[in-house]
Amino acid sequence: MFWKRKKTDVTEQEIYADLSKKFGDKILEFMEEGTHNPTVIVEADQIGKIVSYLKDDERFQFDSLMNLAGHDPGAESELSVIYHLYSTELKHYITLKVFTSREEAVVASVANIYQTANWHEREAFDLYGIKFDGHPDLKRILLEDDWEGFPLRKDYVPAEFYRGMRIEKVK
Amino acid sequence: MGALNHKFNENILITSLDKLLNWSRSGSEWYFQFGLACCAIEMMSAAAARHDLERFGAMPRSSPRQADVMIVAGTVTLKMATRVKRLYEQMAEPKYVISMGSCSNSGGPYWQHGYHVLKGVDQIIPVDIYIPGCPPRPEALIEGLMHLQKKMREEHVLEKKED
Repeated sequence: MFWKRKKTDVTEQEIYADLSKKFGDKILEFMEEGTHNPTVIVEADQIGKIVSYLKDDERFQFDSLMNLAGHDPGAESELSVIYHLYSTELKHYITLKVFTSREEAVVASVANIYQTANWHEREAFDLYGIKFDGHPDLKRILLEDDWEGFPLRKDYVPAEFYRGMRIEKVK
Repeated sequence: MGALNHKFNENILITSLDKLLNWSRSGSEWYFQFGLACCAIEMMSAAAARHDLERFGAMPRSSPRQADVMIVAGTVTLKMATRVKRLYEQMAEPKYVISMGSCSNSGGPYWQHGYHVLKGVDQIIPVDIYIPGCPPRPEALIEGLMHLQKKMREEHVLEKKED
């Protein structure tokens, strides 16, 4: 039974070491301290290749993208996208992270590797303005198409009106 | 009412007919069945067996054409606000609006940092009854509907308007 299968002994350190061997300087850093999950930081334009390698490799079999989220730590810093991968076969996790500049936020899309990434990437585009290169249908998912700005960016200032409706109440 | 609406001068027959119409209207507050957030759960609970809104003749209708009362139950986002306005316009006269819960009254918890929330549904449609609460219990909704019944009974739909 799959739920009784033992967790494999592949650790995050080993995954990082293997990725470093395979992709060289495209793998930037490995963070263990100060993060919730051990995180591998990689180059933004290489994320597709790295994720599909992790998905297809026999030893890793990361067949599930649990979550894909945009992140903005503050108005002065870079935007990032975080990928939480899980293997339903081998029951292990890895977290990947990419950084991208605030002005020209472009990250390679993984929507053709994981179907679930399609809407997650649209959400990150909608709220953070991160463009996903290679996404089949990149448009806003929650807000209206004529919305201006990206509300979850820390430097976002709400407009006064939206289609004639006042957004902030006059005190 | 339609063709009879506000057409006649006041007399004994018309005032009695007015009373009959108001009695029947207030006894059949068919409300528009749509919920926007957690207030809708309380609305469903009010409609279900324990609180049973149909005791008051209030039954949910799925079409704005058949509904008399619009219960705005939940957070009115700016995206939804355009739809709420259109649905209100599609309802037939005489029509009433109950604003249920803090969100549709004033924006509620989204009062200050809700970039996407309309700060009170009364900015886009006229509201008859406000029900406070987050969310209001079914009893509060029932009281709101009973206040609306009172309001309906005091109206004169047949008498000529002053203007």
